[in-house]
Amino acid sequence: MGKTMLEVDHLKTKYITRFGENVFAVDGVSLKIEEGKSLGIAGESGCGKSTLALSLMGYYFAPLHYQSGTIKVDGVDITGMKPDEIRKKVLGNEIAYIPQAAMNALNPTQKIISFIEDVIGAHDPSASKKEIYDLARERFEILGLPESVLKKHAVELSGGMRQRTVIAISTILSPKVLIADEPSSALDVTSQKMVIKMLRNLMEIGFIKSMIFITHELPLLYNVTDEIMVMYAGQIVEHATAKEMVFDPLHPYSKGLMGSILVPEKGARDAKLTAIPGTPPNLKNPPKGCRFADRCRYAKPACMLHPIAESRLEDGRMYRCYLEEKELREVYQDE
Amino acid sequence: MSEEKKPVQNSSCLSGTGVTKIFGMGKEKTVAVDHVDFQFREGEIVSIVGESGSGKTTLSKMLLGLISVTEGEICFQGKPRDIKGYRKKKEYWKGIQAIFQDPFSSFNVFYKIDQVLLDCIKMRGGARLPYEKKVEMMTEACRFVNLKFEELTNKYPFELSGGQMQRLMIARIFLLKPAILLADEPTSMIDACSRATILDMLLKLRDETNMTIIFITHDIGLAFYISDSIYIMEHGKFVESGTAEAVILNPKAAYTKRLINDVPKIHEEWDLSTV
Repeated sequence: MGKTMLEVDHLKTKYITRFGENVFAVDGVSLKIEEGKSLGIAGESGCGKSTLALSLMGYYFAPLHYQSGTIKVDGVDITGMKPDEIRKKVLGNEIAYIPQAAMNALNPTQKIISFIEDVIGAHDPSASKKEIYDLARERFEILGLPESVLKKHAVELSGGMRQRTVIAISTILSPKVLIADEPSSALDVTSQKMVIKMLRNLMEIGFIKSMIFITHELPLLYNVTDEIMVMYAGQIVEHATAKEMVFDPLHPYSKGLMGSILVPEKGARDAKLTAIPGTPPNLKNPPKGCRFADRCRYAKPACMLHPIAESRLEDGRMYRCYLEEKELREVYQDE
Repeated sequence: MSEEKKPVQNSSCLSGTGVTKIFGMGKEKTVAVDHVDFQFREGEIVSIVGESGSGKTTLSKMLLGLISVTEGEICFQGKPRDIKGYRKKKEYWKGIQAIFQDPFSSFNVFYKIDQVLLDCIKMRGGARLPYEKKVEMMTEACRFVNLKFEELTNKYPFELSGGQMQRLMIARIFLLKPAILLADEPTSMIDACSRATILDMLLKLRDETNMTIIFITHDIGLAFYISDSIYIMEHGKFVESGTAEAVILNPKAAYTKRLINDVPKIHEEWDLSTV
């Protein structure tokens, strides 16, 4: 068993709207990642995936606010830290974050090397330009990016190259956790594959110790991560290994999600695509009972009454459903 | 599923020979679509698959008559297409309609939902119908896409979610019943589970009205699932075409092989060594 890199316990964060209402976009999320492991987060748009990514950094800015829970990075609790402290000590060298449109975030007037100088300079002001350049060159070489990229501006690079450059820059300090939020969804399949290969490389070499990968593309998640969490309305509804999740989902919502996978493989044309009717609940006042109940085909009246607690199977697999494992398997079998 | 997808041998609905589009001239010349031939049959679902920059959107704009064709000829329902002048174009658009990628920019922001749907009825020649009849038609169209007209009436497009807007777009198509529907990446901005809903609706629409549906997409998995035939496009040319099974399960062109190989799969190993 590896060292625990990131441990999150009942994290709750909220958005405060203009009218002062609290919207809990991350509502009691617990997770744990060990060294060398990657965790995927799946779910439909608006379920809180990206908010969770932001919250995990411990760096909050309005309208996102911290409510309760702990985030421990390599054993150190970062939830009590001041924003300044987090910027200096945590972001970049402990946790790195690649947002959705990362490749468009590069300042067009700056050369790539100056971003790297900024990143390293913020954490180690004594580093000389020469040292930084050598480090960057070495890192780029290992990751298969040409050295010439360093002297270019962002606009001179293609989309895929830009995205890989952003990843190289944000992991230059060898962070313990990399949070990648849809790092490849705006790219063509071939560039996407290059990005994924690079992330794998980073993990294998040990430049990043662990990774959280967020996307709604399930085949991709299956190929990239060891474990998958499915998120629904701010809560984790199921947490299992990638294989279990894709081929043997337990929670009705996960089952619906997995039924929407489209791959160009033999037999894919004969499979029935499942659609989940309805829309997710409004988180301003979430349902009292199971949040998925009104869209669930297997819901019983009892599902609506009380909040559903997390249940754990013997092998550590977690799911959040009123029905027991045996009952769930039975109803799936009947179909 | 499989028995629905037997090859359709109906009459040709839209066909083209040597269709070309060139942007700019001289040094700046870009050949976006390069002498492509195609034949889409009635009631068929066709996918045009390619990566960004392959010219698939340019081709779709030419098919819709939004931009002119530099060279070549497009035949609509057996006759050469003539869309010179606004009146003829409007007539042509009764036969071909589109759903675009971004539902948020597909609607006129100043029009209420009612107006959007009433326009469709008007286009079909129902302008003089009594209002009750129109409401009935609109309600039926909304029911077809699992929306409730009572909830939508008097609302503006921005009050709806992306998935609702995309479904409303399909409700429009249901009212218009064009011979051809061109869907340009209709599901790329909505997530996986709403995608299934949209695809189901399009299939239902095809089965009910025998509409030809042309999918423009970069998602091979989606193309494979839904289409009867697939055209693979690279640098403005069709490098491969044929039935979905033949193209995806038994690709001939190197580009198609690469494309399929690069898509993450769940039953087969994803080979990362090839990039």
